[in-house]
Amino acid sequence: MANSGNHIIAKPQHHDEHAHEEHHDQEELRFMGFWFFLITDCIMFATLFATYVVLSGSFAGGPTGAELFEMPGVIAETFILLTSSFTSGLAVLAMNKGDRKGLIGWLIVTVLLGATFLTLEISEFVTLVHEGATISTSAFWSSFYTLVGTHGLHVSIGLVWMIAIMIQLGRHGINSVTRRKVKVVSLYWHFLDVVWIFVFTIVYMLEVI
Amino acid sequence: MAQHQAHDSHGAHDAHEAHGSLKSYVIGFILSLVLTAIPLIIVLNDMLEGTAATVVLLGFAILQFVVQLVYFMHLKEEGKPRYNLMVLILGLIIVLTIVAGSIWIMTFNKVA
Repeated sequence: MANSGNHIIAKPQHHDEHAHEEHHDQEELRFMGFWFFLITDCIMFATLFATYVVLSGSFAGGPTGAELFEMPGVIAETFILLTSSFTSGLAVLAMNKGDRKGLIGWLIVTVLLGATFLTLEISEFVTLVHEGATISTSAFWSSFYTLVGTHGLHVSIGLVWMIAIMIQLGRHGINSVTRRKVKVVSLYWHFLDVVWIFVFTIVYMLEVI
Repeated sequence: MAQHQAHDSHGAHDAHEAHGSLKSYVIGFILSLVLTAIPLIIVLNDMLEGTAATVVLLGFAILQFVVQLVYFMHLKEEGKPRYNLMVLILGLIIVLTIVAGSIWIMTFNKVA
């Protein structure tokens, strides 16, 4: 009873809040939708991993992974991506404090680390090709380039995406829409780091052991 | 009063929204570094080989996966109903079926 009385008195206020809540819910729903996409992306990576493992002995008389993999570069890539995953989290923390400069700063650090990762990966691919391991050398190398290359493509998309969000942040500042976008891109980035941990373990470490 | 209360509950909601503190990110980062360093030491010093190595290395990767889910992706802080967790479990079942099923079937292919 008292409740309904309050409702009538505070109607405009409630209306506003309702609209705000609805908008808020929609952003939450979009965030959840992205999580669902990540799970499907995870399943796609699973098929590539399964292919890689099944073909892991099929060198067709060509070079093996153990012969050609250069671990120092790969180890550097791993720690760089791990650090960038951490800095993308720091970006979200800065955002939650309403610190736009901090947010953009940490996003820049994340993008630079991501770009370094990508540079190392591309130079690794170039070296491998020079040593005679191209995508058509054997089933093993086909599956290797498909799996690692798909991850690299995801990282490239993430870099372009983060730069686009930084431009939007510069224009519109932190609001409910840009807030959701930063959270989504940060989640995406954490996901890429997790996939890389499995690439690092299954493709590189188990191959050279 | 009602307004105040509404404001308060909104504030609490925001605090929940703001999930993740510096502490949780730092803990997650340190744990990830350690969980990456240990398998590396094992591999570079040839401390394990064969099936044991595979199991241990995969174990560390899965542990790191869990650490990042909890400390970076804040899966534990999700409100009920926990749709994100449910979808994740469904996804993992599919992932496991694809990977284990492929490997299992193809080992028969190798024998033949």
